[in-house]
Amino acid sequence: MDPTKTTLVELRDAIAAKKVSATEATRAYLGRIDRHNGPLHAYHETYADRALQRAADVDGGKITGPLAGVPISIKDNLCTEYGHTTCSSKMLENFQAPYTATAVVKLEQAGAIVLGKTVLDEFAMGSSTENSAFGPARNPWDTQRVPGGSSGGAAAAIAADLCAGSIGSDTGGSIRQPAALCGVVGLKPTYGRVSRYGLVAFASSLDQIGPLTHTVADAALMLQVISGQDPKDSTSAGVPVPDYTEQLDSPPQGLRIGIAKQYLSDANHPAVKRAIDQAVAVYRDAGARIVDVDLPHTEYGISTYYLVAPAEASSNLARYDGVRYGRRSPESTDLISLYSRSRAEGFGEEVQRRIMLGTYALSSGYYDAYYVRALKVRRLIKQDFDAAFESCDAILCPTTPGPAFRFGEKTDSPLAMYLNDVYTVNANMAGIPGISLLGGFASPDGLSHTDGGGLPVGVQFLGPLFEEAKLLRIARLYEAAAGYTHARPSLT
Amino acid sequence: MTQPPSPKSTQLTEAQVRHVAKLSRLTVTDDQVQRFAKQLTDVLEHVATLNKLDVGAIEPMAHALDMTNVLRDDEPQPGLAVEAVLANAPGRSDPFFKVPKVLDDGSGA
Repeated sequence: MDPTKTTLVELRDAIAAKKVSATEATRAYLGRIDRHNGPLHAYHETYADRALQRAADVDGGKITGPLAGVPISIKDNLCTEYGHTTCSSKMLENFQAPYTATAVVKLEQAGAIVLGKTVLDEFAMGSSTENSAFGPARNPWDTQRVPGGSSGGAAAAIAADLCAGSIGSDTGGSIRQPAALCGVVGLKPTYGRVSRYGLVAFASSLDQIGPLTHTVADAALMLQVISGQDPKDSTSAGVPVPDYTEQLDSPPQGLRIGIAKQYLSDANHPAVKRAIDQAVAVYRDAGARIVDVDLPHTEYGISTYYLVAPAEASSNLARYDGVRYGRRSPESTDLISLYSRSRAEGFGEEVQRRIMLGTYALSSGYYDAYYVRALKVRRLIKQDFDAAFESCDAILCPTTPGPAFRFGEKTDSPLAMYLNDVYTVNANMAGIPGISLLGGFASPDGLSHTDGGGLPVGVQFLGPLFEEAKLLRIARLYEAAAGYTHARPSLT
Repeated sequence: MTQPPSPKSTQLTEAQVRHVAKLSRLTVTDDQVQRFAKQLTDVLEHVATLNKLDVGAIEPMAHALDMTNVLRDDEPQPGLAVEAVLANAPGRSDPFFKVPKVLDDGSGA
């Protein structure tokens, strides 16, 4: 078997059955990275020697576990004691973390082999990876287009088979949006499901770590490994972790799928509309009830998000002061200029914009009008979901309004870029889980077709807090019926 | 029902941008001030849609989960070794971080 043309679960099983060795699998992925990472720039750096050593330990029986020998990648905002943790920022270009993120520790304890770190928008702020200080990742379906963001390198790495599974972070859609634009599975778990310890903080009440994978079963397995309460993250929840992998193929009985008109804008790309229609047909055919739900505050999501997230970011990023770690300006003459110049040199413009937006929203005279008002609307958004989930098990909606856009298309207007997050931010505001799956293809000229030659679009499922097990079964039903699992871009 | 006061204008002046940059501890160029003024104004005009909602009676929501003051047992745990803490420091004078002079030397110069 070719270990790079399979799923994470299949590869795990093949390694366990000794049909392929961990070393062979690791070498195969490292070989693909050598060939394809130049044009795609999915990885910022790789750890070939360390990965091969760990693979040898798996093959020698020293490392065991539910992910033994499976090569994965991690987003470059997750701290590791080996290599660098840059957040794709000049601020942290040479930063070597003194500890490893809990999610990464758990993956490695389960036997996973970390191949390297993937490119992101600087500090996870962006929807295209164009905000990476070290150059963007490219969409494997069309390298003239963005892979989405901020976990764009992760999504590109999965789509191009440069790893068997990947871990990203999602603050306003940063796992689900790139998953949709690259045609892979992306899961944002419930806030608190996965420890954020060692995830470089962006907006602490919204950030959540989750997997990007080829299949729903792969996502379930990775979620299983990384979930659970962590004494090092007081916001990680003490809710028991169920078995996400069992019963994945048995759809919930009496299933009710919610459709919200607020997500079915006429502005959505025709391929997105068709993907939703097809998904509705799948559930109807499976005997599910399709229920209209109302999410009246959806339209306020972007406004709320772009006050709350920058406000939290402006506070979190105050730690980059040029004193303890990160960039220090050689030009500084006193303490204030040490701060201000180091930050101006270390942060790119989008990060600076968001720090300023957040600082403004929190500043004296504007705090109530902007920040507190946004927190109140955040509750209205959450109450919308609470009410909707009384009449349905999951909400089916688009992940993004359209397929991947071209490089430079939205860089002149930060607001235009923000509006791409319209269908993803509200899950973060409410803390609920969401998963994006490949829902079909759009051709670049706007006509939709199904031959796989076009650009992928995503369908998204949103579920109630801590209902990942059910959400995954619902998503699996769609995946099995849609049959897109093995759609892969052709790489030159 | 009283509405909370809303900002009189969403138009950010260049002076305001400079003030916010100072609060943010960011050195900005004249070029950036102009650009940020326009871009941040665009965003503030968009977020002004929140003023359409009557939120007077709504409790602010800072966090998605209903949890407050999560405490653990107050037992000493090993922390990072001094060398690990200082390893990334841009300037060090062990076992301290080294920074430029904060206060003048008192000579009145």
